[in-house]
Amino acid sequence: MQSRRDQLTAALIILPSIVLLAVFVYGFIAQTVRVSMTDWGQEAAMSLDPEIHHVGLANYRELFGGFLNMRFRQDITNMFFFTLLFVSLSLLVGLLLATLIDQLIWGEAFFRTVFLYPMSLSLVVTGTIWRWLLQPRGGINVLPTLIGLPAGDFLWLSSREQILIFDWSHIFHYICIAAAVVLAVFAYGHWRRGERKELRAKSIICAVLIGISASGILTRVKLLDYPEAHGFNRALWGVIVAAVWQMSGYTMALYLAGLRTIPDELREAARVDGASKFQIYRHVDLPLLKPITVSAIVILGHIALKIFDLIFSMAGPDHVPTSVPAITMFLKTFRGNELAVGSAIGVILLILVSLLIIPYLVNSFKTGKE
Amino acid sequence: MRTSRWFKLAAMCAAIVLMFSSAADAAVRGKLEIFSWWAGDEGPALEALISKYEKMYPGATVINSTVTGGSGVNAKAVLKTRMLGGDPPDTFQVHAGQELIGTWVVANRMEDLTWLYEQEGWNKVFPADLLNLLSTDKGIWSVPVNIHRSNVLYFVPGNLAKWGVGVPNTWDEFLEIAPKLKAKGVIPLSVGENWTATHLWESVALSVLGPVKWEQLWNGKLSWRSPEVIRVWELFGEILKYTNTDAPSLSWQQATDMVVKGEAAFNIMGDWASGYMTTTLKLKPGTGFGWAASPGTKGIFMMLSDSFGLPVGCKNKENAIAWLKMLGSRDGQDTFNPLKGSISARTDSDLTKYDAYLQSAARDWRTNKIVGSLAHGVVANERFMNDFATVMDIFLSTKNAQAAANAAQAVAIQAGIGK
Repeated sequence: MQSRRDQLTAALIILPSIVLLAVFVYGFIAQTVRVSMTDWGQEAAMSLDPEIHHVGLANYRELFGGFLNMRFRQDITNMFFFTLLFVSLSLLVGLLLATLIDQLIWGEAFFRTVFLYPMSLSLVVTGTIWRWLLQPRGGINVLPTLIGLPAGDFLWLSSREQILIFDWSHIFHYICIAAAVVLAVFAYGHWRRGERKELRAKSIICAVLIGISASGILTRVKLLDYPEAHGFNRALWGVIVAAVWQMSGYTMALYLAGLRTIPDELREAARVDGASKFQIYRHVDLPLLKPITVSAIVILGHIALKIFDLIFSMAGPDHVPTSVPAITMFLKTFRGNELAVGSAIGVILLILVSLLIIPYLVNSFKTGKE
Repeated sequence: MRTSRWFKLAAMCAAIVLMFSSAADAAVRGKLEIFSWWAGDEGPALEALISKYEKMYPGATVINSTVTGGSGVNAKAVLKTRMLGGDPPDTFQVHAGQELIGTWVVANRMEDLTWLYEQEGWNKVFPADLLNLLSTDKGIWSVPVNIHRSNVLYFVPGNLAKWGVGVPNTWDEFLEIAPKLKAKGVIPLSVGENWTATHLWESVALSVLGPVKWEQLWNGKLSWRSPEVIRVWELFGEILKYTNTDAPSLSWQQATDMVVKGEAAFNIMGDWASGYMTTTLKLKPGTGFGWAASPGTKGIFMMLSDSFGLPVGCKNKENAIAWLKMLGSRDGQDTFNPLKGSISARTDSDLTKYDAYLQSAARDWRTNKIVGSLAHGVVANERFMNDFATVMDIFLSTKNAQAAANAAQAVAIQAGIGK
């Protein structure tokens, strides 16, 4: 039973942090949103009393459909591919390392430290090191010559080749297809677990989406009046390699901790039932690691969406093939003096990160209550 | 009676003014905060200036606020947050020309320095073309400390002789010899990351357009979609065919290294590359490396300059003015520039203090037609430069001259070029 006094003390103790958060986080978010709907960034942007007009959502419209903001749209595309590949590769490598280390009889602490070590580096340091390693005429490309093979000629960061090219003016069409595919995967999961209700709901939505995309209505809803090609730049591989190198040790630590919390009784029970080592791994360990995977996705995902320093130090500010929205935000704001456009990009990033984090928070809040 | 009273008042005013002007030197005490991005190789030159200042004004302490990295990108970001927050440094480094004017002068954040130019007689010792680039119709806005040249072609004379090619005087000549070099396994022209491509572009543009049309491009009289400018992009695209494929991964030093190592025949870079090859790589100007005006730009000096101005509302104005006076003086310029590897902006500098390359550059400075650089902030404001970097990178991927010209025109309109 809590006394009134206790509640009062509790409130007083958290009050300073609430006030600070309200001002320095939410206040400034509100300020950024406000600035993003103005035209701050015209001629005398840096005067003490700049002339600022409210322009509504014009900056956002320009970013997604304006002639001059092709770079931002490529940034968004890069960010999408980078996030996808970085998160999934980090998870895979981390899981692999954790599984291997878990099997070790000795030297576990040593290897754990070795693999976790890159994480303690600043992303700028990682970026600089990998910039050198990925020089097309040195570093990794000359490794094969050590064993007598011809040197590699992959252009890592400097490649200007693009694959998986799509037309930005049909972006809604592609989003619809992607959503249908994701739903189909979920539906397949429900089907396997025999969750009929969820299966039905997801299948219906999925069918509707497929219907819409097949009908071709969405190809007529256009952000742009002309076709604009975007795609996956092969130069991103360099950045992905560096980022995975840095963060897979972290996912390894997460998975390792997860493996340790799995009670031995479960494994023993499986063994008694005659399961092989692989079967135990597949049907006992992996399912129990699912919560870890979910939180790792959220943590890595928001790092990927906000990535700035790694790419800035690896490829410089103006290398469009590896650029991401955070870099363009910095350049627009502090180099081009277009503070309103920079704010708009900031708000878009915030929305993207929230899309990732809010469902997770809501979910963990719910389970916490239960 | 009336007149004599007025006379007394006038005399008193004059006396006060005199008192203040003679006391100005004595008033230099306290602090002076200098904001720049000079560190590393450029650090010693700044240090020399600071110690000279502290010797001249023993009462003053200099606070050296340096923000390193990113060729000034980081420093400029910090400067902008400080200025917007109402905490300007006493004086700051800025590329002379539109980079200063387009951001700070239009925002009424700089003091007019015309009186200082008149008082110090700088109008006579700085070339008129330079003064033009530093000024608007409302005043002169900064004091240039140094002059670099952008349109310089570098090569190693011994290597050219070995490959049997000469120094190209025009781009047509270059395009003639480039296939021969390529056949020998030599990269005809080395390029580095994005801004070095813009740097190359401005030399190409200057050769196609000539100084008059180059200026018209910046005062809005020549459209970016005119056939001449489209020709610039086309020629630039032709030239890029003879450059290295790994350009985006290389810094300008690495691009210069390719020439020095004999992997590439030519490189176009600002003349800080001379300083790099002389000081860092210990090569002898003239034999270890050779230079010429970039093809088709003989007799034209495309300049860029670091300068310092006087922000409105700085805390130690007298000290800042004393600093500017020292920077503009013959002695100040000749202290800084031999160490920085640049030349004095003044036409009366003491050439014996400079090495062979810098002497040749200084001679050109005194006789050539002077135009401003795009890549280094003289002719276009920051908004244009920021978006032009993107136009450039998209051209490097697509090689579409017409699209680049259209995009550049749209950027020019949005950035208010020539307004």
